[in-house]
Amino acid sequence: MSNILHDFTTTVPQWRPRVTPIKLEDATPDQLDALKVTPSNTKVSDYVLVLARDAETLCERTPLFNAIMYNRGGLSRAERELGAVGTSVFNRCVYCAAVHASRYNLLAKDVVVIERIFADGEDAELNPRQSAIFNFAVKLSKCPPDMTKADMETLTAAGLGPDEVLDLILSSALFGWANRLMHTLGDPTEITD
Amino acid sequence: MTDIFNTAAVKASGLDADHPRAAVLSTRDDIMTMTQQAHDAALTPKKPGGLSHGERAALSCRMARLNEEAPLAAHFEAMIGDSNATQIADLAFDGGDDERLCALLRHTDLATTDTKSVVAADIAALVSAGVSEDDIVRLSELVAFVNYQVRLTIGLRLMGDAS
Repeated sequence: MSNILHDFTTTVPQWRPRVTPIKLEDATPDQLDALKVTPSNTKVSDYVLVLARDAETLCERTPLFNAIMYNRGGLSRAERELGAVGTSVFNRCVYCAAVHASRYNLLAKDVVVIERIFADGEDAELNPRQSAIFNFAVKLSKCPPDMTKADMETLTAAGLGPDEVLDLILSSALFGWANRLMHTLGDPTEITD
Repeated sequence: MTDIFNTAAVKASGLDADHPRAAVLSTRDDIMTMTQQAHDAALTPKKPGGLSHGERAALSCRMARLNEEAPLAAHFEAMIGDSNATQIADLAFDGGDDERLCALLRHTDLATTDTKSVVAADIAALVSAGVSEDDIVRLSELVAFVNYQVRLTIGLRLMGDAS
């Protein structure tokens, strides 16, 4: 059995489920609909095959996820990824952090920000705008969330408009959802093939 | 068309259609609508499996309370109705001598307050307490969704207060 990863990485790991994924050939019509399986798209990850055990929620989750991360306007794609990374680092979801850190690096054409975040976490030295975004995501992720009006003012002072703040709230909160599935229902493991 | 100001998250945040930030929120009306649809799928699914609608509402109220989010807690509390699940929402209640309920509450509390500390043994504990794999995923989606909605609500409220 391959090793479970505990350290952050930008190489997307494999994911080993703790709950048995459904078998595609046994899927009900509701599950197939939620899985968005079509004759041209029959490759479904173990993660999604686990989530198919709750087809009603999965069906709503996928378009919501895409809208929050990819809708036009508002906060840049890269900075939405940075919000996702902030939450995933706080929750120590190594898998989500890897996926979204690597997307951030591609979109921002930069590796330094993520290197600093992975090395120093909440103490990472970033420019004021990156720092405001990352710290906001971390503080919103705490339980209870550790947020005051001053945290909003920090975002505004760093140059974020209200539309951008809204998208940051959404991307950071969304990973409070994603991490609670990915990190609890399986383990990130070393790539073996 | 859903009135986004009537969705649970926006309503609990206190933002209304006359607020200066209403226009910004309306640019993401699709997301607010889909958030409410996810709320309905997680709280009142057509096929609730081993987690009744009353239990789901009570667990959600509990999670909102763990996050000190009173308006959403009140929203979920009203959804419990007169079901016998009411005590689940009480943070001092640990499931008593009901093994299944103890396991559900323990996992809900841990995944809500300290997500990073959830390990394989916590999922195994649910299985040992007789929770089916389908119900483990249903519980996980409920916990995950509510923690998203709590953070969206708190963020929206702060946006409103700061403007």
